[in-house]
Amino acid sequence: MTRLPIRIEKGVYIASSASAAGKNEKEGPLGSAFDASSDDDRFGQDTWERAESEMQRLALDAALGKADFDPSSLDAVFAGDLLNQCVASNYGLLSFGIPFFGLYGACSTAAEGLILASLFCGAGAKRCAAVTSSHFCSAERQFRFPLEYGGQRTPTAQWTVTAAGAFILTDDRDDVRIDASVRAIPRIAAVMPGIAVDRGIDDLSNMGAAMAPAAADTLTRYFSAGADPGEFDLIVTGDLGREGSEILRDLIASTGRDITRNHVDCGMMIYDCDGTDRHAGGSGCGCSAAVMASNILPNVRAGVLKRVLFVGTGALMSPLTVNQKGTIPGIAHLCDITGEVTREAK
Amino acid sequence: MEYLRAFIVGGALCVLAQILIDKTRMSPGRILVLYVTAGVVLGAVGLYGPLVDFAGGGATVPLTGFGYLISKGVKDAIDAEGAVGILKGGVTAAAGGITAALFFGAAASLFFKSRPKR
Amino acid sequence: MNTDGKTYKKFAQARARKSPVLKNCAAAFASGGAICAAGHGLRTLFSSVGFSDADAGMLTSSTLILIAVLLTGIGVFDTVAKHTGAGTLVPITGFANAVASSAIDSRTEGLVPGVGAKIFTVAGPVLVWGISAGAVYGVIYYFVTALR
Repeated sequence: MTRLPIRIEKGVYIASSASAAGKNEKEGPLGSAFDASSDDDRFGQDTWERAESEMQRLALDAALGKADFDPSSLDAVFAGDLLNQCVASNYGLLSFGIPFFGLYGACSTAAEGLILASLFCGAGAKRCAAVTSSHFCSAERQFRFPLEYGGQRTPTAQWTVTAAGAFILTDDRDDVRIDASVRAIPRIAAVMPGIAVDRGIDDLSNMGAAMAPAAADTLTRYFSAGADPGEFDLIVTGDLGREGSEILRDLIASTGRDITRNHVDCGMMIYDCDGTDRHAGGSGCGCSAAVMASNILPNVRAGVLKRVLFVGTGALMSPLTVNQKGTIPGIAHLCDITGEVTREAK
Repeated sequence: MEYLRAFIVGGALCVLAQILIDKTRMSPGRILVLYVTAGVVLGAVGLYGPLVDFAGGGATVPLTGFGYLISKGVKDAIDAEGAVGILKGGVTAAAGGITAALFFGAAASLFFKSRPKR
Repeated sequence: MNTDGKTYKKFAQARARKSPVLKNCAAAFASGGAICAAGHGLRTLFSSVGFSDADAGMLTSSTLILIAVLLTGIGVFDTVAKHTGAGTLVPITGFANAVASSAIDSRTEGLVPGVGAKIFTVAGPVLVWGISAGAVYGVIYYFVTALR
C-alpha cells in the first residue's frame, strides 16, 4: 500500500519563529537575521553543553516574544538536539514550564518537531512549539575529537552549526500577530514522515551521501502523491551539504523530475563556504532550524515565497555504531508550508 | 648534513602517514597505534636501530621511535636481568616521555580552556 | 535509481571531493621534517652538556611534548595541524596534542571522571598496544635467547 502524505485539514499556522547562533554563523550570509548570538559561542555559560541549552532558551524566548504568547499558554513543546539523552533541550527549556517532549532525529529533528507540533495542533492542542539546536563544540566532543585536537578535515566533512531555532504553532489564524510587514501567514498544510534509508555509506565524513537517498525517497513519495516540483518556490533540504545536494538532484532527476531550479540546502546557505574549513557546508539540527526560522519563514511571511517544501535530513548513527563498522542510515521528514495571504494584504 | 638526514627521514615517515590518512581514511588514532607498534616490530627485527644511527632525530622523534624505545628497553632489560625484563623493560625505557605527556597534559587542563574553531 | 548498497557506495565515493594528497604530503614532509630536525638539534644540545644518549633522547621528547602541550593550550596547535596533517601527528608532538586536548576538553567533567579518565582517549590505545607489543617481543626474545 502506498503511504500518502498526512494532510492537516484544520488550519495550523506558524505564529512566529526565532533563532540564536554562534560567531561563525553570525559572520555568514544570513548573520543579520539571527535573533541572538554570542561572540565566543559560550552564551555566558561555562560549558558547551550549557551554552547549547542557553541557545534553545534564547530562541524560544525570542519566538514567544514575537508571537506575544505567554509560555503558560503553550500546550506542549517538542524539542531535540544531538547530545546524549537530549540534554540541551531538557535543561534549556526547563525554565519555561511547558509540557515537554524530547526528540531525537539527528539533524532531521527540526522537521520532526514541526511535524509533531503541527499534528498536535491539528488534533486539538491550541498552541505548540518546536525547538532544536546543535553546537559545534558540544557535537565535536561527542561525535569526533576534543576541540583542540589537531586533525585534518576531509573535503566532504560538514561543519556542525552552532545555532538553535524555535517555531511557535497555533491552530487559530486570528491568534497570529500581524504587523504591516506580514503579507502571508505560513500554514503547514501537509506533512510526510520519513522512512529510514540505509544505502551502505559508512564514512562519517560523508554524511550528505548517507542522507541524500532518504531525502530522495521522501520527496519522491510526496511528488508521486500528486505534487509537482514546479509548484514550489523552494524545496529546502536540511543539511545535505555540497555532495549530498548534488546526489539528491541526480536521484530525483532519475525519477524524471527536476528540482535543480528550486532546490536549496540550509547547510549551504548558512556559511560562505568557499575558502573556509566549512567548504562542504553546515550540518546539525540547529542548521535547518535557524535557516528556516530566520530566512525561509520570514520570506514566506513577507510574501516573497508562496509555497515551500521543507525536508529535514538526518543521519541516524552513533559514534559507537560507527566503531562497530555499522553503516549510516539516513532519514528525511517533509513539511509542506504555504503562505496564506492575510486579509490586510489582499 | 646530519640535520638534512633527520629532516628527510622524519619527513618521509610523515608523508607515509599522510598517504594512509588521505587514501584509506584511516583515523589519526589508528595511525598513532600503527606507528608505535611498527616501531616495536622494526626495533625487534633489528631494522630500526640502524635507522636511528643514520637519521638521529629523524628516527627518534616520530612515534615509531617511541615504539623502538620500548623494544630496545625490553631487549636490554632481558639481557641484564632475565625474564623480569619482559615486564619491566618497555615502560622503564619510555617512562620519561609517558610521564611528561601525562603530567604536562593534566597540568594544561588546569590552566587552559577549550575554544571553538573558526 | 534502484541501486543496491554496494553500487550506491561506489557512486557516492566516486563523487566525493578528493583530499589534495600532493599538497598535504608536501606540507607533512616540510613540517614533519622540520620538527625532527629540531628534535635532532635538541638531542645534540642535551648530549653536549653531558647527558647520556638515553637521557638526551628522553629530554628531547619531553621538551617537544611540553612545547606541543603549550601550543595546544593556547589554541595554536589545531590551527597549524589542519594544514600540516601527519607532519605534526606522527612526531611525538601529535601524541602530546592528543593527551593535552583530551585533558583540557574534559576539564568541565571534573578531575577524576573528566581529565583523569578522558586523557587516555587517544593516548591510551598508543600506550596499550605499544607496551603490549613490547611485552610480546620480550617473550619471544627471552625464549629465543634462552634456547640458544
